[in-house]
Amino acid sequence: MKITLTIDGVRYDDDVEPRLLLVHYLREHAGRTGTPIGCDTSNCGACTVLLNGKSVKSCSVLAVQADGASVTTIQGLAASNGSGEDGWHPLQRAFHEEHGLQCGYCTPGMILAAVDLLNENPNPTEEQVRDGLEGNLCRCTGYQNIVRAVLKAAGSTTGAGVQA
Amino acid sequence: MIPASFDYTRPGSVEAAVAALAADEEAKVIAGGQSLLPLLRLRFAYPTLLVDLGGISELRGVRDAGDALEIGALTTHYELTRDPLIAAHAGLLAQAAGTIADPAVRHRGTIGGALSHADPAGDLPAVITALDAVLVVTGPGGSREVSPGDFFADYLTTTLAPGEILTSVRVPKLGDGWGYHYEKFHPTAQAWAIVGVAALARRSNGHVAEARIGLTNMGSTPVRAGAVEAAAAGAEASATAMRAAAQHADQGTSPPSDLRAAADYRRHLARVLTGRALAKAAGV
Ligand SMILES: Cc1cc2nc3c(=O)[nH]c(=O)nc-3n(C[C@H](O)[C@H](O)[C@H](O)COP(=O)(O)OP(=O)(O)OC[C@H]3O[C@@H](n4cnc5c(N)ncnc54)[C@H](O)[C@@H]3O)c2cc1C
Ligand code: FES
Ligand code: FES
Repeated sequence: MKITLTIDGVRYDDDVEPRLLLVHYLREHAGRTGTPIGCDTSNCGACTVLLNGKSVKSCSVLAVQADGASVTTIQGLAASNGSGEDGWHPLQRAFHEEHGLQCGYCTPGMILAAVDLLNENPNPTEEQVRDGLEGNLCRCTGYQNIVRAVLKAAGSTTGAGVQA
Repeated sequence: MIPASFDYTRPGSVEAAVAALAADEEAKVIAGGQSLLPLLRLRFAYPTLLVDLGGISELRGVRDAGDALEIGALTTHYELTRDPLIAAHAGLLAQAAGTIADPAVRHRGTIGGALSHADPAGDLPAVITALDAVLVVTGPGGSREVSPGDFFADYLTTTLAPGEILTSVRVPKLGDGWGYHYEKFHPTAQAWAIVGVAALARRSNGHVAEARIGLTNMGSTPVRAGAVEAAAAGAEASATAMRAAAQHADQGTSPPSDLRAAADYRRHLARVLTGRALAKAAGV
């Protein structure tokens, strides 16, 4: 089936099997290996990307269902909304500064879920951050620094600053 | 894990979707895919054709239909939590939808999919049962309306005939004096209910004039706690009276025993959670 997608601002025209999952398309056809597969059972959130601006688990969407849509992966985040000397997205910078990762496997999904969270609610409480990230599992950090990083990014930007 | 091969079509109307389903016995509908795609990946299902409802705009959104709301089958859980009409007239649905899974799943999963999937642990079946909603179904023979009691048949089984699509859910507006609460017990984040209780209560003069209770995961289909409803009607609106009425919550239920909880424990939870839900619904 023919599909057209905009991934991190770049247009892709392709012919894919209907059973191809979006995450496999991103990784194997579009070079977005920054989007990992964690559980394959829709539970861990590692594969989270933004589909038309909203967080989704890309292992639970068919590529053909995303036809015509725009996708943001971790690899497009800095490009679409980088700032400052390092050129990073404010959430990337906050995860770095607050040590919001150890092995880093959950981080791309965590950050994209957090982008969505801050778009919905630019000034969340700690509890709202924990609720908003409940679909993203981390085996390393114990979440404390992740929550701290998201709160820091929220504090360091105006609402518009975290748009993807 | 990669699903087995299938064909895919995204029709633009209910009529075309029904025709596509009629042409292939092994075809299956896909809406948000949040229940179906995990099943396909595990190869628990082998449809030959997926009929994606995603292109049918008439199935989207919430409409004011006088004394009821007409909720399109493709309305997502996320939209249920955000819709102003639902907030004003069927807040129970918004509250319960907000407890489903996590934000990413709620962005994709739909009310039509959640009801058609008929998981006994799913939250929305008990909620629409308590709300006395009507399910509107369209198939090759035209449209029909079904009550929740006639729609949910068994574990993961509805009375939808082959080729039929759930097109909308009609929810009567809650009038003045009604309060509501969905009480869900789950030990970890982003988890299914071990037991859930959807409670509605109408208060008048310090008493509960009328109560409606739907139970999640207390049997293979959602159930109404009729004995609680009878005991609550006319009772004083107090936490003590609501707790007393809730002692009947497990009457007539047949909860499962599984890895997450024994049937006895579920019975206990049903009584405790119903007391809490009813008290909140009655505003005490
Ligand atoms: C990690 C995770 C956690 C979850 N936690 C919860 C939870 O706590 N509570 C809860 O209630 N649910 C939970 N769910 C399930 C979620 O609510 C699903 O969104 C819902 O069950 C299915 O909706 P869908 O639109 O994605 O349906 P799909 O997956 O597309 O379809 C599900 C089934 O319904 C059929 N179908 C879909 N739409 C129609 C229609 N309009 N007419 C006829 N048949 C149709 C399909 O053929 C399929 O058999 C969870 C899911 C995941 C992945
Ligand atoms: S890989 Fe998609 S949710 Fe875990
Ligand atoms: S940093 Fe290792 S899984 Fe989160």
